[in-house]
Amino acid sequence: MSVNIIINNMEVNVPRDTTILDAAKKIGIKIPTLCYLADLQNPGSCRMCIVEVEGAKALQPSCVTKVSEGMNIRTNTKKVRDARKIILELLLSDHPWECNTCDRNQSCELQKLADEYGINEVRFQSVRERMPLDESTPGIIRDPNKCILCRRCVSVCQDVQGVDTLAPRARGFDTIIAPGQGDMLSEAVCVQCGQCAAVCPVGAISEKDDIDKVWEAIDDPNKFVVVQTAPAIRAALGECFDLKPGALIKGKMTTALRRLGFDKVFDTNFTADLTIIEEGTELLTRLKKALVDKDKNVALPMFTSCSPGWVNYMESFYPELIPNVSTCKSPQQMFGAVAKTYYASKVDKKKEDIIVVSIMPCTAKKFECNRDEMNDSGVKDVDYVLTTRELGKFIKQAGIDFINLPDEEMDAPLGTSTGAADIFANTGGVMEAALRTAYEIVTGKELPFKGLHIAPIEGLKGVKEASLKIEGTTKEWRFLEGVTLDVAVAHGLGNAKKLIESIKSGEKSYHFIEIMACPGGCIGGGGQPRMTTDAIRQARINAIYKEDEGRKFRKSHDNPAIKEIYEEFLIKPLGEKSHHLLHTTYTNKKEPSPKK
Amino acid sequence: MLKKSIAQILVGIDSNSVLSGARKIKTRIITEINKQGISDQVQVIETGSIGPINEGVVIGIYPSGEIYANMTEDVIEEFIRERFIKGRPYKKLLLSKKLSTGVDTTTYDSRKTQHYGRIVLENCGKINPEDIEEYIGADGYEALGTALEEKTPEGIIKTVKDSGLVGRGGAGFPTGLKWSFAKAAKESPKYIICNADEGEPGTFKDRLIMEGDPHKVLEGMAICGYAIGANTAYIYIRGEYQLSIQRLTKAIKDAEKLGLLGKNIFGTDFNFNVKIKIGAGSYVCGEETALLNSMEGLRGEPRLKPPFPAESGFLSKPTNVNNVETFANIAPIILNGSEWFKKVGTESTPGTKVYTILGHIKRPGLIEVPMGITLREIIYDYAGGMSSGKFKMAQIGGTAGDIFSSKLLDVPLEYQELQKLGHNLGSGAILIMNETVSIANFLTCCMKFFVHESCGKCSVCRIGTRQMYEAFKRLEKKEAYFDELETIKELAGELKLTAFCPLGQSVASPVLSALKYFGKELVQGVNPDKKHEPVTRENMNRGFKPLVYGNK
Repeated sequence: MSVNIIINNMEVNVPRDTTILDAAKKIGIKIPTLCYLADLQNPGSCRMCIVEVEGAKALQPSCVTKVSEGMNIRTNTKKVRDARKIILELLLSDHPWECNTCDRNQSCELQKLADEYGINEVRFQSVRERMPLDESTPGIIRDPNKCILCRRCVSVCQDVQGVDTLAPRARGFDTIIAPGQGDMLSEAVCVQCGQCAAVCPVGAISEKDDIDKVWEAIDDPNKFVVVQTAPAIRAALGECFDLKPGALIKGKMTTALRRLGFDKVFDTNFTADLTIIEEGTELLTRLKKALVDKDKNVALPMFTSCSPGWVNYMESFYPELIPNVSTCKSPQQMFGAVAKTYYASKVDKKKEDIIVVSIMPCTAKKFECNRDEMNDSGVKDVDYVLTTRELGKFIKQAGIDFINLPDEEMDAPLGTSTGAADIFANTGGVMEAALRTAYEIVTGKELPFKGLHIAPIEGLKGVKEASLKIEGTTKEWRFLEGVTLDVAVAHGLGNAKKLIESIKSGEKSYHFIEIMACPGGCIGGGGQPRMTTDAIRQARINAIYKEDEGRKFRKSHDNPAIKEIYEEFLIKPLGEKSHHLLHTTYTNKKEPSPKK
Repeated sequence: MLKKSIAQILVGIDSNSVLSGARKIKTRIITEINKQGISDQVQVIETGSIGPINEGVVIGIYPSGEIYANMTEDVIEEFIRERFIKGRPYKKLLLSKKLSTGVDTTTYDSRKTQHYGRIVLENCGKINPEDIEEYIGADGYEALGTALEEKTPEGIIKTVKDSGLVGRGGAGFPTGLKWSFAKAAKESPKYIICNADEGEPGTFKDRLIMEGDPHKVLEGMAICGYAIGANTAYIYIRGEYQLSIQRLTKAIKDAEKLGLLGKNIFGTDFNFNVKIKIGAGSYVCGEETALLNSMEGLRGEPRLKPPFPAESGFLSKPTNVNNVETFANIAPIILNGSEWFKKVGTESTPGTKVYTILGHIKRPGLIEVPMGITLREIIYDYAGGMSSGKFKMAQIGGTAGDIFSSKLLDVPLEYQELQKLGHNLGSGAILIMNETVSIANFLTCCMKFFVHESCGKCSVCRIGTRQMYEAFKRLEKKEAYFDELETIKELAGELKLTAFCPLGQSVASPVLSALKYFGKELVQGVNPDKKHEPVTRENMNRGFKPLVYGNK
């Protein structure tokens, strides 16, 4: 059912449950917002989006007020403008005047609104005392002084991720957004997913800036600096340069990285392919143990382990799943270990002289590279992680005209990859890539889905599932003949929780489960260009599939560089070298064992 | 029912008098009566507030009706001898000759109340609130019985609608209409919540109602439950109200024992259970949706409306929230009919209003008066006049209330008349002040309260209340900016227009009314030469301490 309403004297017909904000957007009227988050429930608390509704005594928040038949709305009267101005003045009176030195200079939503509304004087004096910065974790930096208490971060931390770390504390003017436990994130259970940083309208939550450290490495003539880029970057970096979401810029990105001074431009995709070989073999081994050897100790379903936010979450909330999680390191960490061993010997460099820089859509990757387990090459496997946003700044700092760059190719061998690695970027992608390989190993035939895409596990539905009947197995894998492989995919930790609970209650059962901590997968990561909506997530996913489809090789086991590394170095999947370099262990953080 | 004996001594036991040693006095009186050998003629009864506060331990004598105040242990022997052996009033502590409607009936002209007694406080100070038999003896639970046996839920709602009763918590929403929304809601179960989170400074009428006559509140809730189809009710009460909690708990237990609450009430198939939820003392939790959050264990912050509680309230189920005083009006209305109720008060706002009156007056305390009575009548007829100085102003309805100047002394206190003037009746506190109170100082105190109680959810209230407080502090010190009053006016107006909930919106009430009536006095705090300092490099971080990096 639809209703007829009038906005600023224009008649418009919209569906019944539309908010005034969305109805106005439909006819080209922009209403300013600060606490509003598309696709999520909204607190209606910043009051920026207030409008005049005929008959109502007070001004109404348009982001939460639903339209009703005959409603007469005015979005731009003096009353409304004056109210918005005073709200901005109040917010600015309680906000440090540090725009020039702020991480969000020129991308700050408050700064932008102050400009749009012509705030040339703030009549209210600041009465806030300076609070300490929270730099306690490797991934995230919080500056409570800049917080405008819009609570977007609280919504994503609680409602989307179900981690419940950030919450309002104290009341009135003293209210702050803080970890529920302790004053610093390190004292709380924070999985470092960075979704809070991705939605912050101001400079209150950001990733920790590591650009200067990378400059220093590049400037050091004794260091051989290699860079790896995660699959999700190529579909999002363009947004830092005002390109449309989903613009594919892999070639320009490669050129830019080379011009930044990296000695080799490699690809996390290479180790994504490697992950598939290792993880696929691990899955098949587990299945064999369970089905043929009738080993009751083998843990199924097996969970993926690529997402460090998910690994952190699992260690803190579901440590009983540790045996179920694949022992494979994430592609980023496999890359670091391989670069400082296999590649170092290939180019005759000492591991100490190689610096591995990662470009990641993710803040948890900054945490991951600092884990104690990630020194298997003998030194720190990955030295520095920059987010997509940081790379954007990095390129701008270097004076590179990104938009007009020519396309270049990545370097061999660690820059060689397949389409299966591309789709690691989005929800359902790791599962699809794994099945493309595993199915072919077992049956000798290609995965029986159109375009190699497993439609049921594509898209932005929170929890997705698929079943695959294995038929026509080769001799070695005959024990899997007729077995139906049940798989599930969840993205966003809130959805992961739902999925895990449905398994724990006995309602569901699967063999293999892919979990990505962020909504939409890595393309919606906490380090991606702001703001990410479902529409933007979908645009990035579409671009990734397009990239995959345009590839010569679309299955990880077809990657010639992967074949080469096994022949020359690793010998076989799950072999001794793999075990040492490519696999890891997890820690129970819920009930840590007492320190000795 | 009042037990037969020659005389009764009613000892007012409420939270105030307990602090003055009321329980000790009660024990001492019993001892003395026994000692003087008159225990067969004089009975000692514990009751709720008799009315006066700031008067120490107050006792009443029944049936003669005298009120004695400031009782102390050392006068009791003499008092009992004088009053009961010699049979003459004990003049030294006599406060009033007649126990009735107002605080001071010695001066009160009873013309306005000749056709009615009290409604809400009918039993307060007369019966023992901890004895259900006495409540039943005073026609208690008869309304519930009549409702269950003779009336339909629709009929009850109609009676309440016809009576013109509006919510007594402050907003003045028609009670019958509110009930009809909850009744119309399709989801079940439905809940009833009695809002006893009386947080408005200076307001404690709900406490005295609950302490003095807890069953009347319970009966009103049960009737409401039958009318809207709810079987579970909660009383959300301030944690500080220990005596109310104690008496309500006992009242619920006693009523359940007699089948007046609980299962199969009056032998019908109507079940009604009342539970008590204790609040943690946040002002905003008196706002009904913040109250719901608090009840669910969430942060005490208001929720968006719509959906209204009648549609989606406690645990997202239809919920009817009413104030204590509103519920206390229900049983008398059902028992006597809507026409009876409409005889009291004004045409647009029938009934009575219970006020707590305090400030520079001779007799601060609890009164129940007809709607439409004026401030002048309250001060001079009930409160015994000013205790010192001349009347300057009054704040009506707690800190969130409007400030009245002497111009408004003769305005009838009722919802419609006040709305015409842009004012509100509020919660039931009336604070009367003489010329010694500075308006800037008074508003600074009000703003300090709002700063403390703002929940911090919406930006305008969170920062606006604080900035308002700072501005009044400047005015108080006569250091306000040249345009401070205009800024205050604008800010108050915006709070009213844009704040998320009534807390933030009501900040405007004292501020705008003060600007209207006391603008001339406030201007004296302005320094016409004081300009805003432009934001420059030197002062752009004014108020901020040097940046401290690192952990803690």
